[in-house]
Amino acid sequence: MAVLNVNGKSLEANADARTPLLWVLRDTLGLTGTKYGCGIAQCGACTVLIDGVATRSCQVPLNSVGRKKITTIEGLAQDSKLTKIQQAWLELDVPQCGYCQSGMIMAATALLAAKPQPTDADIDAAMTNICRCGTYKQVREAIHAAAKA
Amino acid sequence: MTIQTSLGRRSFLVKTAAVVGGLSLGFRIPADDDAAEAAEIKEINAWVVIHPDDKVVIRIARSEMGQGTLTGLAQLVAEELECDWSKVTTEFPTPGENLKRKRVWGEMGTGGSRGIRTSHQYVREGGAAAREMLIAAAAAEWKVPASECTAANSVVTHTASGRKLGYGQLAMAAAKLDPPNAVKLKDPKDWKLIGKPLKRLDTLDKLTGKQVYGIDMRLPGMLIATIKACPVHGGKLKSFDAAKVEKMPGVKKVVPVDGNAVAVVADTYWNAHTALAALPVEWDAGKLGQVQQDDVTAMLKEGLDANEAFIGNKAGDAKATIAGAAKKVEATYKFPWQAHACMEPMNATALYTPEKCEVWCGTQNGEAALAAAAEAAELPVSKCEAYKLILGGGFGRRGRADYVRQAVLIAKQMPGTPVKMIWSREEDMTQDSYHPTTMCKMTAGLDAENKLVGLHVRISGQSILAALSPQSLENGMDSRVFQGFMPGGPEAAYGYTVPNLLIDHAMRNPHVTPGFWRGVNTNQNAIYMECFMDEVAEAAGQDPLDFRLKMLKPKYAAVLKATADKAGYGKKLPDGHFHGLAQIMGYGSYVAGIAEISVSNDGVLKVHKITAGTDPGYGVNPWLIDRQVAGSFVYGLSASLYGEITIKDGAVEQTNFDSYNVMRMDEMPEVETVLVPSGGFWGGVGEPTIAVAAPAVLNGIYKATGKRIRELPLMNHDLRKGA
Repeated sequence: MAVLNVNGKSLEANADARTPLLWVLRDTLGLTGTKYGCGIAQCGACTVLIDGVATRSCQVPLNSVGRKKITTIEGLAQDSKLTKIQQAWLELDVPQCGYCQSGMIMAATALLAAKPQPTDADIDAAMTNICRCGTYKQVREAIHAAAKA
Repeated sequence: MTIQTSLGRRSFLVKTAAVVGGLSLGFRIPADDDAAEAAEIKEINAWVVIHPDDKVVIRIARSEMGQGTLTGLAQLVAEELECDWSKVTTEFPTPGENLKRKRVWGEMGTGGSRGIRTSHQYVREGGAAAREMLIAAAAAEWKVPASECTAANSVVTHTASGRKLGYGQLAMAAAKLDPPNAVKLKDPKDWKLIGKPLKRLDTLDKLTGKQVYGIDMRLPGMLIATIKACPVHGGKLKSFDAAKVEKMPGVKKVVPVDGNAVAVVADTYWNAHTALAALPVEWDAGKLGQVQQDDVTAMLKEGLDANEAFIGNKAGDAKATIAGAAKKVEATYKFPWQAHACMEPMNATALYTPEKCEVWCGTQNGEAALAAAAEAAELPVSKCEAYKLILGGGFGRRGRADYVRQAVLIAKQMPGTPVKMIWSREEDMTQDSYHPTTMCKMTAGLDAENKLVGLHVRISGQSILAALSPQSLENGMDSRVFQGFMPGGPEAAYGYTVPNLLIDHAMRNPHVTPGFWRGVNTNQNAIYMECFMDEVAEAAGQDPLDFRLKMLKPKYAAVLKATADKAGYGKKLPDGHFHGLAQIMGYGSYVAGIAEISVSNDGVLKVHKITAGTDPGYGVNPWLIDRQVAGSFVYGLSASLYGEITIKDGAVEQTNFDSYNVMRMDEMPEVETVLVPSGGFWGGVGEPTIAVAAPAVLNGIYKATGKRIRELPLMNHDLRKGA
């Protein structure tokens, strides 16, 4: 039994030590906002923050996490108050199908924490998540909007 | 503080009871306990439910997969309903309820860019009828003629006295009234919501992790399965050794599925996945296991010159004209298999008992999902139900119900236990129904004045209908192969006037399953026609735009001209930048694209901008149309740049995004949408523009490099000058 620090809470997770964090979050802890897209760290749909670093949770075994702080998409808004990034996403109507957007928002959250005023090149480098609907332009605009907010 | 989490009974409260007081169709997750309230609320009609607090629930029959049809359809109903847009929410009626109510919601299938263009009439009538009933209820309350009352912004007003009643106050009484016999729809010039760039209705939950997709489904006591089908399509499951994995953590059962697949059912996906990977399986692929990619190419090549072919469009005598032409141009093109690669892998949740079968899934065709569930369960449709969830991408893939059938066949082997079946990305990539592969031989004849007088288009290759819907073939012919090439009709007609024309199809069907893939056959047909048109224009010594405009019918020419004007076609571009263009009609809309590209000295292609023109007749939501146009280019250009499925020993070689690459943010071109709705017809917007991206880029590449790329994907070509 592992005890994880997820979204500011200590949660017990009864899963095999090698289970990727992605599936611990989804199946064991019921936090299904973090998505499965590829399982090989290519698509970024499973991105969470681990101690503030955007991390593809499909490649993180449960036994490597320890008490590091995990933040998932469910942990961003506090008391239903959206973060400025979520707010920018809302105002610019970013998602289409929306499936990749949890990962996009988590990656953007880490980017803006590290670089509050990112350039387009910074965004290109940090935002390698796959979107099949084609929201790339709106994601970029929303990051710039959040940076100004 | 440590919180014990146990997923199961309290994670999601799911109402599967069909209808409470005519509202609350299907189920909702998580559920508010509003049964008491719901019992008081009656629908006005099938499309509209109004709550006492003025909340308007508009029923959406089609599936939402990101394309925005949910918002567009709600706009159509709300326009006629005259309701307060800020009060609008939506819900999906279930396919089972649709059948019970004699298909009151019409067709639920969501493909072919049909959501709005094939239901605009009856959904607007639904909104109008509800408005008339609300007005009638107010008139009865005030004992005045309905003709003295008007409705706007969810309020009915008696004009003479100024009395007002809100829709929420009127809903109960209105629901008891008979619907009007006929309603008059608004004149388009009076539209207040249609044509406005309103924001989507389904955004918020997608930003907080709350949106429940099929893969997120949870039911009390649910188990999770994952599956592997024979890697060679058409092959069989020979044997598997369940004993080798049955003792692995979390494993509940190992089950054969449909004679061609095996699934592991476990407590979590990871445990199911791990056990499936360890499961010894033997397949029987037969001779299909020896088929190589070269065999497929040879099969298609043979069809290019075959005597027998289905004729899709014919005028005059193309062959004789070309034979006697002053100048002849010939080129052969090839289009590969491409995967859908929806971000959300295929999945479905099923609960089977001998008396009843229910499925929860993202589907583009709820009624097909229901039918597949009933067939797999071997139960009457009336004892089954399908609950539609928001899709994590569809692109045509989720129009098939193969994954629904599998989920039910697994659940059937565990009666009473809900089972969520999830495909791994690898399964999703290798068991897709791919964009069909075809080749095309184009032959043109020019007369002495360099006028195109004869054109023969010979398509050779796969038919989607032959594989997925053989009953839809017409005397063996798949007419949809001719999308964009049809002699007429409101759907996909050929735009050029060529006096001697022959477009025919030698059907050649390799064993790999084809399917509907955003844009479907317009994708390769636009490349064949529009790239070749550039070749013919060059042979004629004319500019590609001028050459086309001389032959294009008026609506085609108008949208191409508008797009070229907006893009500044013919004007000076930055050094090293070139314009390529293309046009087509598909899904009832006329579209054109101008790509501005450059190719660096080391052969790197950059798509700087695509200007995209579209005439869908009426544009319901310009903002969402803009998103669909840009999105179609991401999907289409991803395929043009990287999309290629190949086979080895009969099986698909690409397994994940590392071997099947797609476009990322840094490759996203600027997209400018030129919306030129000419009115009088309703065309689609989800797909049409996708087809012009690739040929426009390819035509630009020729200008930049002198290379005619006639086979996709581009990653297989060296674009360096002289290479």
